[in-house]
This record gives sequence, structure tokens and C-alpha cells, in this order.
Amino acid sequence: MTTLQQAIEQTKIAGNKAFVPYIMAGDGGLKTLKPTILKLQQMGVTAIEVGIPFTDPVADGPTIEQAGERALAEGVTLRKVLENLASFKEEIHVPLVVMTYFNPVLAFGLEAFAKACVAGGVKGLIVPDVPLEESAVLRTTLNPYGIDIVQLVSLTSPPERIARIAAASQGFVYAITVNGITGARTSFANDLHDHFARLREASQIPVLAGFGISTPEQVVSMGALSDGVIVGSAIVTALHEGKFEKIEALVSASKGVFQKSTL
Amino acid sequence: MMAISIANSVPTKEGRYGKFGGQFVPETLMTALMELETAYDEAMDDQSFTEELAYYLQQYVGRETPLYYAENLTKELGGAKVYLKREDLNHTGAHKINNAIGQALLAKRMGKNKIVAETGAGQHGVATATACALLNLECVVFMGAEDIKRQQLNVFRMELLGTKVESVETGSKTLKDAVNAALRYWVTNVEDTHYILGSALGPHPFPKIVRDFQRVIGVETREQILAKEGCLPDAVVACIGGGSNAIGMFHPFVDDETVALYGVEAAGSGIGTAKHAAAIAGGQLGVLHGAYMYLLQDENGFVQEAHSISAGLDYPGKGPEHCYLHDIGRVTFDSITDSEALEGLQLLCRTEGILPALESAHAIAYTAKLAKTMSTDDIIVVCLSGRGDKDVHTVRKALGGEI
Repeated sequence: MTTLQQAIEQTKIAGNKAFVPYIMAGDGGLKTLKPTILKLQQMGVTAIEVGIPFTDPVADGPTIEQAGERALAEGVTLRKVLENLASFKEEIHVPLVVMTYFNPVLAFGLEAFAKACVAGGVKGLIVPDVPLEESAVLRTTLNPYGIDIVQLVSLTSPPERIARIAAASQGFVYAITVNGITGARTSFANDLHDHFARLREASQIPVLAGFGISTPEQVVSMGALSDGVIVGSAIVTALHEGKFEKIEALVSASKGVFQKSTL
Repeated sequence: MMAISIANSVPTKEGRYGKFGGQFVPETLMTALMELETAYDEAMDDQSFTEELAYYLQQYVGRETPLYYAENLTKELGGAKVYLKREDLNHTGAHKINNAIGQALLAKRMGKNKIVAETGAGQHGVATATACALLNLECVVFMGAEDIKRQQLNVFRMELLGTKVESVETGSKTLKDAVNAALRYWVTNVEDTHYILGSALGPHPFPKIVRDFQRVIGVETREQILAKEGCLPDAVVACIGGGSNAIGMFHPFVDDETVALYGVEAAGSGIGTAKHAAAIAGGQLGVLHGAYMYLLQDENGFVQEAHSISAGLDYPGKGPEHCYLHDIGRVTFDSITDSEALEGLQLLCRTEGILPALESAHAIAYTAKLAKTMSTDDIIVVCLSGRGDKDVHTVRKALGGEI
């Protein structure tokens, strides 16, 4: 079992759901990266998804795109983020998962990128524009360095494909809860329950729900369907506005979801 | 004829052209791409579909378009005989309608009655809006806020045709950002919406579908030149943004070893400057909008803005099949600057009374150079991909007080 999967399994054993916040690295300048990660770690998150800004983020909604534009304006790059992480690696005790579009990784060079990930203490990688069919090259180059390649499953993925993605994914399966891009939603489709049931049946590893989850209530309801949640836009907004109490409320909603959902 | 066909060897079933192409898209789109591929293959095997497409191309678009011997231009250049494939005479004024009609018919066949498209200058947007008006499909077109400012008339044309034009305010606010926005819209509305991509770009099967719907250009040209000259041309020239008119023109000639193929990129202010759109001359390998291709980018993998006086060539990547044909040495890529294109445009106006689109003017300017190096027995065919009415404002501004 990988470090990433282990961290999620441990939260399950403790009766909680995994809570993985997404941050846009360098939103507010690279100097904010260390205090943000250490603060989230202190709040008891399971892992942290470290987003890398990109010029053409096709899977992201306006909140994350704008955070990315702020980070780009600060001169933040994939290389600088990994170097920065390396500078306080010893203080990081939760697994870090880098989320980046593919082109910055290609420009870095896969081998060099893998080494920089190791130096920065990165345990997993999510590349939203590399679906299953194109993902073998990532596993081949990054697995030898102990880095998991997390694959995404969508509501439009047919059952046979869901099974293949679940079998290939490492650390956890990232289950997209909406047709669409990242960002807050007020409602979700009615058949999510069946979708998650099929997905968890097909998967040997934990299933985390992401996209559109922005309130403590949604953390509870989505957590009940899955092994945990990924919260992006709501975290990015809270960090941008300096409202840590909002993040605390989201994290605490993930604690004891088993009990809450069966009440 | 070659023993092994290069033309029919790509794409592979994985959507690869050599190492180029592929399907680098969010998972939510993968099922739609697979459904599209299946529906497309079935449609092309169905005689009722191909007959319907042929009907609209003939009766509505106005095909076949003439292959015109540009005698005055030929005399002026004093070299090879120059023929113009008159795609500018199509309904809506450019080759874009060939693909828009084909994909709109395909969408209808798939039961998808909503269409999304991107546009730069507005030519593909107008063609798509036209096809949607004709076939009673609901249409939304994403267009960069900068392009909307520059192309007010095309925005109004699309609106007259019943299309909703959405302004894209993110990134560089131009074509690549319009593609981002259209992809996002498609991800969100994938169940009832088809994306009519306008160039030979994007994830598989789009580059193949666009190529096949544009192949009519080259297929007609081949028959026409054989009828007129009794032989194949020595050279074929086309401008390349993403590469839809060029691949449509080149593809039927790819296996003819004696026919030299020339793709003309936009050099903007010059390849040595930061302001150009020549991804093959000045880009590196990368992934954007679903495909692995030559791409204008910086050392961090951030995509750079393309620059050209011609909005239709203003895209930072080159279609994967062109990248492949470049790598195997089958197509020669060269580039033409903004000022050379303006000269090409004026040359064609003056000699033949034809105002070409600024995109096509790049091909004309290159032909002017090429013809002089060839003998009077040689034949060049140029794809005149569109008419220049849309560019009059830009050209007037660029030429200052000259008109």
C-alpha cells in the first residue's frame, strides 16, 4: 500500500472521511505556500492537493482559473513550486499530491520532474488532461520514484471503463461528482448514489469525491457516498480571503461522517 | 503510386499521427469522443449520409469550386503556371463551411441538437452559425473579447443567424481562450451538445473528421488539374493556422511523390521576434487542447500567444497530421510575414481582381516567391481558402494612407 492510500485508510479506521483540500500554489506569492500547507496540516487534513498554475486550465472553473492567473502574475512555475516544497520538506507530514496540466510536466522533462517531486516530498500526481489511454507513460516514469498516478472517473464513464480506470488508478480514485468543471454547485444529480456504489464496488482502493463540493453539508453528503472528499474552489476562495474558519468548518464536517450519515 | 500509402496510415486507432495527436482531455469528454468516433464511422459508411452531405455541398455551399488559371499573376511572376482553388467562392466566403455542414449533419444524426463552437476571426463561427440556421440546431459560439472588438461585423452576422455569441474574458482573450471556453462548455453540456471544432486540431477524432470533411478541396483539385493539364501539379501551396484548408488540400496528394507540398505558416513580425504564429518553425513539442503537437510555449510549458495580422492563423499550435507530415519530410513548411502577406494580397487584387483573405494571402505571397524559382512548364496549385472582405478594415489600417 502506498503512503497516499495508507493516509486515507487510516482516516477510515479512525471513523472519519478523508478530507483533501486543493490549493493553488503561489496564489498570493510563493511565500504563502509553506504557511498554507503547515496550517492545513495542523487542521488535520488527510492529504493536500497542490495545484500548479497554467495558462490554459480547461478543466477548471473561474475560481481556480483566476487563482491561477494571480499565481502566474507572481511568476509561479511548476519548477519553483517543487523547489519551494523541498525547502521545508521535513516539516510536511501529510502526503502531497501535485495537480498539474500535462504541458508543464512535458516541458520540465518527465525524468527531471520525477526527481524534483521526490526532492519536494510529493507522493502523488493528478493530471486532469491525461485520461487512462494516455496515462501509461506517467506510471512508467513516476512509479519507480514512489509517486502514485491518480486517475479520474466521471459521471459519463461507462461501467466497463470505470472498472479499468479504478484498476489503473493509484493512491485513490478521483470521482468527479458533476458533468463539468471545478467550482461550487448548489445541486448534484440524483443518481450519484448508484454511480458511487458501482465505483466503490469496482475499486480496490479508496474513492474520493471531488468537483463542486463547497459547503460542510456537501462534505457530509458526498462523504457518505465515498471514502472522502476533495474541496478545491471553496478552499481557494477562503485562503484568498483569509477566512480560515471556513476551512475549519469544512474539515470538521469530514470527521465522524459515518455517524452523521446514519442518523 | 507508392506501395505503402502514407495518407491512409494515419491516424492509428489511438488517434496518433506518428508520435503526434492523441486524446489529452478531461475524463468527462472521453465517452463523448468515443461516441463521436463510432457515429462518424457509421455515418461515412452510410450512403444516405454521404449523399445528404454531397447534396448540401453542391446545392447550398456551391461546390464544386473552380480551379482557376491565374494567367495574369502567372505572367507577372514569370515562372510556373499558377492555378487558384477558389474556396473563397463558397457560401460564407471560405472553406470553413465544408466542415461546419459535415459536422452539423453528424450532430443531427447523433441526436444532439445543440452545438458549441469556438471562433477567432469569426469565419468558423459564421460558418457554424450558418449550418445551424440551415439545420435548425441551437448554437453558441465562444469568441475572445479581443477578437470581438476587432470583428464586430462577424459577431453581428452570427447573431443575425440566430447564434448566441459568448465573450471570453480570460487569458489572452483570443482564439486559444475561446477553445478553452468551448471545451469547458462541452464538458458541462456533453450529453446533448456536439462541439464543432473548426480546424484540424484537438483530440482524436477531430483532426481526422475535419480533414475528411475538407478533403473535398484536394479531391476536386486533383480531378480538375488532370482534366485541364493532363498531369498532376508540381507543387501545392496552402496557408496553415491549425491547418484545415491545408490538410484538406494536401491529403489527396500525399501519396503522389512527384507533387511537392508547401505549408505556409504566419511569421507575424518575423520568426526571430516574439510576435509570430509559426509553431513548426519556432515552437517545441507540447500538449494543448487535446493533442500532442508543435506548440508556441516558454521554458515552463506555459502556452504563448500567437501573433499574426491574419486572425485565422493566430493559433499557437499546428494540427497533429501536419506535425507528422513535417517530421517525415513529406510537407515543406515555410513562413510569410505580415508585410509579405499584405503584398501578396495587393498583388492578387491588382493582377486578378481577387481580394483574398489575409490567411490565403500568405499562400499567395509564398507562391510569388516559389513560382519564380520554377520553370514555365511547371504547375503550382494554391488553395485560396477565403475571400478578403472581412479583412478590408485591417488591411486599410495596416497600409495607412495608401487607400
